[in-house]
Amino acid sequence: MNLTDHKETQEEIEIRHQDTFCTNESKLTHPWWYNFKYTLVGMIFGIVFVKAEIISWFRIQEMFQATSFFMYGVLGTAVVVSAVSVFLIRKFGLSSIYGEKITFENKELNKGQIYGALIFGIGWAITGACPGPLFAQAGSGFSIIIVTIFFAITGTWIYGKFRDKLPH
Amino acid sequence: MLEFIKQPWHWAVSGTIIGLIVPMLLILGNKKFGISSSFRHICAACFPGDIKFFKYDWKKEIWNWFFVGGIAIGAFIASTFLTNPGEIIQIAPKTLEILKSYGITDFNNLLPADLFNWENLFTFKGLIFFVIGGLLIGFGTRYAGGCTSGHSIMGLANLQKASLVATIFFMAGGFISANIFIPLIFKLF
Repeated sequence: MNLTDHKETQEEIEIRHQDTFCTNESKLTHPWWYNFKYTLVGMIFGIVFVKAEIISWFRIQEMFQATSFFMYGVLGTAVVVSAVSVFLIRKFGLSSIYGEKITFENKELNKGQIYGALIFGIGWAITGACPGPLFAQAGSGFSIIIVTIFFAITGTWIYGKFRDKLPH
Repeated sequence: MLEFIKQPWHWAVSGTIIGLIVPMLLILGNKKFGISSSFRHICAACFPGDIKFFKYDWKKEIWNWFFVGGIAIGAFIASTFLTNPGEIIQIAPKTLEILKSYGITDFNNLLPADLFNWENLFTFKGLIFFVIGGLLIGFGTRYAGGCTSGHSIMGLANLQKASLVATIFFMAGGFISANIFIPLIFKLF
């Protein structure tokens, strides 16, 4: 299985970077199974999600009813730890384990971060999950969440279909 | 040791580990922390239609599927082997009272069985909590250009103004939903 034989055009690169955060900037190509190291990182994330009950519908209701500090503590700590990490990586100009310099991109401000964010926020409180916890809820035995994930994919598709007509 | 891990984890421990995922992904391969893009790559790979937004080299982004697959596996491990016997979900008394007034009766698991079960799939509850909830998440995160992971953690860590705006409106949407829409929804059942 060779997934790296496609030569990307400039247009494709631009489209790939549209409305998204975590594009792959690496110029390196590796066999597909190199990606299993990200599975390991994901597993750590999944275990934290369950053990800290972050994927609990009840935690999300507490957060948005402002009756518990817990989720604010989790998010606040995560932001501080990741911000310090990013600062250090930049300061020392660190490279990845393959020797490639770690890069950061700036995100352009647009109306999507208001309208889209409000729409997502409404869904977040209803389902009790943002995208990461959806996968964790499904994995921890709530198989019905596969339906929610299916409709999240459908929602993404609808956005793509009508993207040109939406205010940005 | 195992007994220690089986207890519910403190927010500071959990937040620290989640925060460390950002540098882990960067150091392992210059990858930016984010989840919602995995939905887009599925669209691009399976049903791009004739939509420009889905015509890009999705194969370059398959690392993201390996990552979200890991989340599901990790959640399975934690809820199968690392559960605290006799553990009851602690819920703030005020929220417990409000949820009981909605008619929710099951507080034994991470999600209330009153809502999240297959029997509800073709009911009004299913329409709201699975179909509409899912659509809002998928549509909203892509329109905002990221979710809680991408904007509120990766983006804020990288001091992006766009991510601060997005995070404020994620929270605003959540507050409106939990305090206005959800009470209304439960009145309809």
